[in-house]
Amino acid sequence: MSDVTARPRAVGLPMDRIDGEQKVTGTATYAYEWPLDQPVYLFPLQSTIAVGRITGVDGALAEAEPGVLAVLSHLNAPTLTRPDDPELAVLQSDEVAWRGQFIGAVVAESLETARRAAGLVRVDYESRPPDVMLRADRDDLYSPVHAAAFGTGGGELQDGSPADSVLGDVETALAASPTMVDATYSTPMYHNNPMEPHTAVVTWSDGELVVRCSSQGVTMSRALISGVLGLEPARVRVVSPHVGGAFGSKVYPHSYAVLAAMAARIVRRPVKFTLTRQQMFALVGYRPASIQRIRLAAGRDGRLTAIAHDVIEQTAKAKGYAEQVGVCSRMMYAAPHRRTTHRLAPLDVPVPTIMRAPGEAQGMYALESALDEMAIACGLDPVEFRIRNEPEVHPESGLPFSSCHLTECLREGARRAGWDRRDPAPRSRREGRWLVGTGVACSTYPSPRYPGNAATIRIGPDGRYTVRIAAADMGTGTWTALTQIAADALSVPVGQVEMRIGDSALPAASVAGFSAGINSWGTAIWEAADRLRARLRAEHDGIAPPEGLEVTAELPGGNPEAERYAMHSFGAQFAEVRIDEDTGEVRVARLLGMFDVGRVINPKTARSQLIGGMTQGMSMALFEHSVLDPRFGHVVNHDFAQYHIASHADVHAVEAHWLDQPDPFTNPMGAKGLGEVGIVGTAAAIANAVHHATGVRIRELPITLDKLVS
Amino acid sequence: MDLEIELRVDGTEHRLTVDTRTTLLDALRERLGNTSPKKGCDHGQCGACTLLLGGRRILGCLALAVAHQGADIVTSAGLADGELHPLQRSFIAHDAFQCGYCTPGQIVSAAGMLREAREGWPSAVSKDPGAVDVVLDDEEIAERMSGNLCRCAAYANIVPAIAEVAHR
Amino acid sequence: MRPFRYERADEVSAAVTTLVREPEAAYLAGGTNLVDLMRLEVMTPEVLIDVRRLTSDRIEELPDGGLRIGAAVTGSDLAADLRVRRRYPVLSQALLSGASGQLRNLATTGGNLLQRTRCPYFQNVTTPCNKRAPGSGCSALEGYQRDMAILGASPACVATHPSDMAVALAALDAVVTVAGPDAERRIPLTELHRLPDTTPERDTVLERGELITGVELPPPHGAARSRYRKVRDRASYAFALVSVAVALEVADGSVRDVRIALGGVAHKPWRAATAEAVLRGAPATRESFMDAAAAELSAARPLPGNAFKVPLARNTMVSTLLELLEEAR
Repeated sequence: MSDVTARPRAVGLPMDRIDGEQKVTGTATYAYEWPLDQPVYLFPLQSTIAVGRITGVDGALAEAEPGVLAVLSHLNAPTLTRPDDPELAVLQSDEVAWRGQFIGAVVAESLETARRAAGLVRVDYESRPPDVMLRADRDDLYSPVHAAAFGTGGGELQDGSPADSVLGDVETALAASPTMVDATYSTPMYHNNPMEPHTAVVTWSDGELVVRCSSQGVTMSRALISGVLGLEPARVRVVSPHVGGAFGSKVYPHSYAVLAAMAARIVRRPVKFTLTRQQMFALVGYRPASIQRIRLAAGRDGRLTAIAHDVIEQTAKAKGYAEQVGVCSRMMYAAPHRRTTHRLAPLDVPVPTIMRAPGEAQGMYALESALDEMAIACGLDPVEFRIRNEPEVHPESGLPFSSCHLTECLREGARRAGWDRRDPAPRSRREGRWLVGTGVACSTYPSPRYPGNAATIRIGPDGRYTVRIAAADMGTGTWTALTQIAADALSVPVGQVEMRIGDSALPAASVAGFSAGINSWGTAIWEAADRLRARLRAEHDGIAPPEGLEVTAELPGGNPEAERYAMHSFGAQFAEVRIDEDTGEVRVARLLGMFDVGRVINPKTARSQLIGGMTQGMSMALFEHSVLDPRFGHVVNHDFAQYHIASHADVHAVEAHWLDQPDPFTNPMGAKGLGEVGIVGTAAAIANAVHHATGVRIRELPITLDKLVS
Repeated sequence: MDLEIELRVDGTEHRLTVDTRTTLLDALRERLGNTSPKKGCDHGQCGACTLLLGGRRILGCLALAVAHQGADIVTSAGLADGELHPLQRSFIAHDAFQCGYCTPGQIVSAAGMLREAREGWPSAVSKDPGAVDVVLDDEEIAERMSGNLCRCAAYANIVPAIAEVAHR
Repeated sequence: MRPFRYERADEVSAAVTTLVREPEAAYLAGGTNLVDLMRLEVMTPEVLIDVRRLTSDRIEELPDGGLRIGAAVTGSDLAADLRVRRRYPVLSQALLSGASGQLRNLATTGGNLLQRTRCPYFQNVTTPCNKRAPGSGCSALEGYQRDMAILGASPACVATHPSDMAVALAALDAVVTVAGPDAERRIPLTELHRLPDTTPERDTVLERGELITGVELPPPHGAARSRYRKVRDRASYAFALVSVAVALEVADGSVRDVRIALGGVAHKPWRAATAEAVLRGAPATRESFMDAAAAELSAARPLPGNAFKVPLARNTMVSTLLELLEEAR
């Protein structure tokens, strides 16, 4: 067990963001904004068929436009090294696997010319009818194999876990149960849609490639980009100090960077390339749609006897992606008989990827909706029903939790939300034309630590410290939180610490994702600080030597305690919704979350992450929905006017609270992840509140007014 | 087709030749090196490129530069005149952003919005459309700021950050 | 975006002459929709004639007690005008429920009327669309239909007109003034926009070169109370699924006068003349309102993907009428 209370000083303080002034003035440099000498502009060509092959490319009209420097297609593109990730094999064949895939590019002296000329390239195809609709009765569903990190990692699902799990005998338990829920829930495609579009600004010099992009992990970006271009990683530098939002979409998708690098090599000029909002709907991933059947059985004592969660999800034929949608049902609730399965429908669709809380975001909508249905069927309060079914240990692995304060979250959240005043009867509360209801759901996300982290700390002769690690700040507050961690680890004020992140020239770091960032990077920094302090004491009487002193800690492994403990963040979310009885419009008057996220490094930025997650969860519940056209295979509503994300006016009271109980095993800081847990369960809390308000159970997201108007 | 135009940006005069297709946003970002306004959608659907044009908030991505010859433009970089603007300080104190990409647009929009409210302009949620004075409660601020999307969803911090400045 | 020449005319007549002379020219006002569509190459003019400073940007009193709104008046200025807010609240509300503060500061009254449909297939040059490319087919007929029309559509086009302002103006019996190659003319707002029929490429009855110079509002109706109610997925910054502009005058428990227009349901702002006829002189009750809405919507021909708009339009009409009735008491 780590000593988590030894040196707390900066950790726990609501420090303002270190990069705050740059961000409010707009002077923080995002990828597209690096000043460059004589840049040129790239605009991509996208396939206008979903499946088939390209039979001809005529770039003559484009090439004739003044200012056009190159027209790229599979006919003249450089050959790439075959990547692990097939999405990165840009312009390597005449095959088209989804509508909107990169099939070429125009490079020109100006943005306006590049875009115009791209529209002048004539492409001929041999087209086949696309198959893009996810249905449960498809006959080609398959069990995912080896999908982690696109075949480079172990395990069957994207997170490395097995596709199926079985304990006991679910069918017999269901048959024998006095109370049963059997319901199917579905979630649509969701697009990450960070505000900053995906960007690559590429410069070749002396055989070295500098890619300024918007990345959740420059070390991984360098590996992916150098690998496909056939370059030594040391000859590729990826720079990404500021990231204008990502939500998962800037971990794996890098085809745009590969395309820009190819173009830069051909035209021998710096190339600037940023996707349009519309292009992002075909090229940088999305949360795949799911159909989830949940069956629950409970005894007369209100305890679950069986949990079955069978998931069907969409994936791309171009690249298998299998999300861990049902894994939440492996750990949330106790029951002797349990089963989860994951099956994939291979479709002619754009390649899915990680989106905030991959797996749990969709899975917990289904599971926590079903829990609500079961609580009602058992005649129990949904808060009490959940507490009654909390497991002592991880129900499948049998490992104890490193820390779990879910019951406290439920009880304290219920107290703050005024849950005891709730009349459980649906349609029991009306205010003018509004039907009002409240709902609850739990939140959870694993709290992993990733291998492959190193941190270097240098103390200068002036006693100031420079900390270097290739971490990423996508708005998560990494810059600030790591400074606080380093200051405490070094036992110095934060003003003495300078943090450098977002550059692959820095010591390697794992990606900002899966709520693993602070856990992984902070541990490396903590370790480096311990070693530096030890050497300072042992070799220099604790005084900075004139030449300075530098120490690097490399942590190739993850958390060794993970073999003995199951590590998860938890939370309970309470929603109050109002529904216009005439129109079916749903408004969320209040969201309250009570979280168990270990020690909070910076309450100010942590709160922002949690309310941001919860608000995204509301957006997922009520608005967002990428609509695939079955004839053309494209996302019809591919812009911000049609793909609605929550706006200011949709947001009312959003409160995030936490217990601030350090976890003894996750890391030296006692922190657990909080990037994902905020979005998990929100949609279910809202769906449960909608049911309470109206008596209508919506099992298909999003909860739009057409499902409620009558 | 190229045309020569003059723009005043954050107090500095510029003379430049632009393609008629160039928007104010691209003129600022690509030609004048002012990347404070951001490009989030390029179609007037997100608000990240909000500028003050003659003191009024507009969207730089839908304004052709040639149609705004001689325009006086202020970006968030220009709002900070030597020291941070009160809205900028309030945004930092309230942590009214995460990734920061929509932030300059939010702040410029808020500055324009506060002026509109001072002039008595109503909004879609104003109870009495005929009233001369605007009471900027949270609902009013949120409605008036709804043209600025924030995917990080800092809304619940942005509204109090603006309210603090509005009620000062 | 296709390269284009940018021109600014000094007089309306010169602008009209230029536009008629050039084979592919367009007027530019606020640009909030045109620039957007040019970037997508949905519209590809070779010449833009900037008319923003050409038409009036003022709102003036008319001798009969009405108002004349210059075509260049921005949405913001129109919505904020105290005369509009007090005499025609439905118009101010409609404007404020549309777009965003930034867009309203750029967009003009004339441009608002002439904005194009936001049908996603119209806006995507890689999919068939009869409005954009006549004869190519209507993708929405068997596609995504949430925003499509339920009234007055044709097999050639099921798009809706996106303006909120125009819906209020339709209810207010506004008149559009137009300058053309030959003469000026006045067009009732309800006759400005067309139904798609077999020529959906034509949004309005305007002839080539005609330029909207202003909108005239007749004097407000005596004791009428008016309201704009917009229903949409997101609470703000979204187009209407259904909207209703209503002006209601009640005397002695009966409907003395009523004006109803619907948005989001047709290729044009939909003046609900059938509902109005049912209501005039009828008792001002929920039953009458229900009957009127049902009568109006009996002509609805929804698609599978937008059938919800029929009950939605009915309920929105009835509840808005009831609210106005409640206020009148």
